[in-house]
Amino acid sequence: MAKNEELIPVETPEGLKKPGRIQKAPENFLTPTEVEQVTKGRRDFLRGSFMAAVAAAVTGRNAFAQDASALVDAKTGDPYILQPQTWATTLGKGVATAPYGLPSKFESDVIRRPSPGLTQTTQSSVSFSPLQSMFGIITASGLHFERHHQGWYDIDPSMHRLMVNGSSPEFVKKPKVYTMDDIMRMPFVSRIHFIECGANTGMEWGNVAVPTVQYTHGMLSCSEFTGVPLRLLLEDCGADMTKKFVLAEGADGSAMTRTIPMEMVLNDEVLVAYGMNGEMMRPENGYPLRLVVPGVQGVSWVKWLRRIEVGDQPYATKDEAVHYIDLMKDGQHRQYTSIQECKSVICTPSGGQKLLEKGYYTISGLAWSGRGKIKQVDVSTDGGVNWKRAKLETPIQSKALTRFSLPWNWDGKTAILQSRAVDDTGFVQPSYGQLRAVRGTRSIYHNNAIQSWGVAENGDVSNVQVL
Amino acid sequence: MFKFSNAMKPAFALALVPLLFAAQSSAADKYPGVGRTATPAEIQAWDIDVRPDFKGLPKGSGSVEQGQVIWENKCASCHGTFGENNTVFTPLVGGTTKEDIKTGNVANLKRNDYPGRTTIMKVSSLSTLWDYIHRAMPWNAPKTLSNDDVYAVLAYLLNLAEIVPDDFTLSNSNIQDVQKLMPNRNGMMRKHAMWPGKSGLVTATPPDTKNTTCMTNCKPNATVSSTLPDYAQTSHGELATQVRPFGQTRGQGAAGGTPAKTAHNPDYALAEKSGCTACHGINQKIVGPGFTEIADKYKGQDVTSKLVTKVKNGGSGVWGSMPMPPQTDLKDSDAQALVKWILSGAPTQ
Repeated sequence: MAKNEELIPVETPEGLKKPGRIQKAPENFLTPTEVEQVTKGRRDFLRGSFMAAVAAAVTGRNAFAQDASALVDAKTGDPYILQPQTWATTLGKGVATAPYGLPSKFESDVIRRPSPGLTQTTQSSVSFSPLQSMFGIITASGLHFERHHQGWYDIDPSMHRLMVNGSSPEFVKKPKVYTMDDIMRMPFVSRIHFIECGANTGMEWGNVAVPTVQYTHGMLSCSEFTGVPLRLLLEDCGADMTKKFVLAEGADGSAMTRTIPMEMVLNDEVLVAYGMNGEMMRPENGYPLRLVVPGVQGVSWVKWLRRIEVGDQPYATKDEAVHYIDLMKDGQHRQYTSIQECKSVICTPSGGQKLLEKGYYTISGLAWSGRGKIKQVDVSTDGGVNWKRAKLETPIQSKALTRFSLPWNWDGKTAILQSRAVDDTGFVQPSYGQLRAVRGTRSIYHNNAIQSWGVAENGDVSNVQVL
Repeated sequence: MFKFSNAMKPAFALALVPLLFAAQSSAADKYPGVGRTATPAEIQAWDIDVRPDFKGLPKGSGSVEQGQVIWENKCASCHGTFGENNTVFTPLVGGTTKEDIKTGNVANLKRNDYPGRTTIMKVSSLSTLWDYIHRAMPWNAPKTLSNDDVYAVLAYLLNLAEIVPDDFTLSNSNIQDVQKLMPNRNGMMRKHAMWPGKSGLVTATPPDTKNTTCMTNCKPNATVSSTLPDYAQTSHGELATQVRPFGQTRGQGAAGGTPAKTAHNPDYALAEKSGCTACHGINQKIVGPGFTEIADKYKGQDVTSKLVTKVKNGGSGVWGSMPMPPQTDLKDSDAQALVKWILSGAPTQ
């Protein structure tokens, strides 16, 4: 690579020069002959190399790996400024070229990904949201994490039904069937809430296991959900609201079932939702109807919702008696653990990434609590010895993601980045040491420990654990 | 109230019935015209849940012997003949003892060194297994077992776990007795801070971790207790291509490293896209046979059109009894390409 390093502009004046950000150019970016010519001072090669870079950007990603400042001519400046570009000198595309818009082709690295080897089938599996590349608090619908138990279907909404009945006939006076037409005529609310799988960060209970924030924390998304408060539907059916539980059931092969506490229905938190981020729920997320149970682990947000049963006892469903039970040190499993406790994670910089140079960065991450609003987030760059209060973006909403940030001047030395969230109940996110002291390392579910990212002197960021 | 002549009465009465009905329902309903009463048949069709007290359990029975036949046909390809297989899913059976059946607590759950946790080690309520098998099994054809089939399969599973004897017949009348033998029936603890209701289901406690918001000199130093193992460094693919290629950071490996691997073999990509790889490994059986196993079996034979038909229409019996579902959405040209690719040894690059 040495030959390409020589490519870095000779005679670059201060101000244009940002040597720290320069990455070695990819192989074949310039031929050896071209390199030789450049080093001899033939500047017109620069424009040609830009054409190559643009072509590479169209088909691949290497153009961005080359830092722009590396190509700035010392005397004249940046060819992207000096040379008229195609997009500035020709006619662009027309409206509705993409009737349903898609992300830029340059965003092809920002996708959900499965964790290789985690499951043997794709239908009972997980794909993780790319938290490392997201902004704000709303998850783009196409990047919402997926968890299916027996595969997903795109169900024809004209064939979808929701039934409400009782575990005993007297619990629901008038059991009813609703079509999507019916449900969408009802009064609705729109609310922003996070959804997190109970097993998010589950691979990390015992030790570091996966490289990036996508895999450590990516079973997390946040959307605006639109739907009917379940209370209205139950009252419409003459349900006995003094009964303690409802069972939610899905229409998919797994016919997912989960026990929901009636208290959350009575306070209008539980929604029968069809809308997500202004459009209909995506098929992977339960089109046309899913339950929204704010603050509670994702498995309770039953997708393709087909039935609600009012009952006087819990149901000990498969995902309440075989899975989603938390093994403690004494060999007992905690059952009906549903709340996602206060948690946070730094998304930038994070594991698998590289800081290109010393200097200013904005540390950015997400905080959330299944018990209410985020009150405070502290960030440490020394592994938790000293902390600074992070800035919270508004609005701060109950049981929704909250974006935090902190300015950081990296001095080029090793660092350990951590974030620690506090919710409005006063609960403080625990360290790994504290969490393991009470729950051991085999719980699988509900790992809300403080995440650490180690920064090496060469700028490499990696997943580490600090007790 | 005025009176009608007798001659008018029947017509009026007929007209009045729907009117009265409508008036009655709008008086009772806050949302007139929204939803309709479910019929008993509809409720029966969908209300299939079975609770821990066995409410909802339909009458029926099935023997261990009957269960074994169903198991071998419909369950063993994923779960193994003895419920012990971990190739596709977590093993169902294993890890419990006669002593556990006595105590109702599975002793191996206390051991940090015990590898894995089987379903029968964890589950405390027998209703859960009946309900789940009935609603979701077999995995690729859920809700196709009869009630008696479910009893039989569950009887066989309980027999594999040495909870019931070989000659046992499980039924709605003895299932409560078998519940009393479940090895981990006392293994659930409902005392914690993580149930969002006050219903008495869980004895609520304060949260079990108690961190504070110390801001300075909170500990002498930070000690790293765990780092990413070497094998995990590359287990998730090229990290350089998993983060946006501009902005604050880059993905590791972008700097002068080897360029991102070229795309898969296009036919392999087609197999992934078409869902084939969910059930077929390249070299090994998952639910169906591995692709290279198929190539070996038919080496030197002209079976392309036969296999294309099989892919399109589904089939069973050649590699075991687990049926291959028909691939009706697959284009003929794609089926052709896939079969040719499989018979050529299923190259991935």
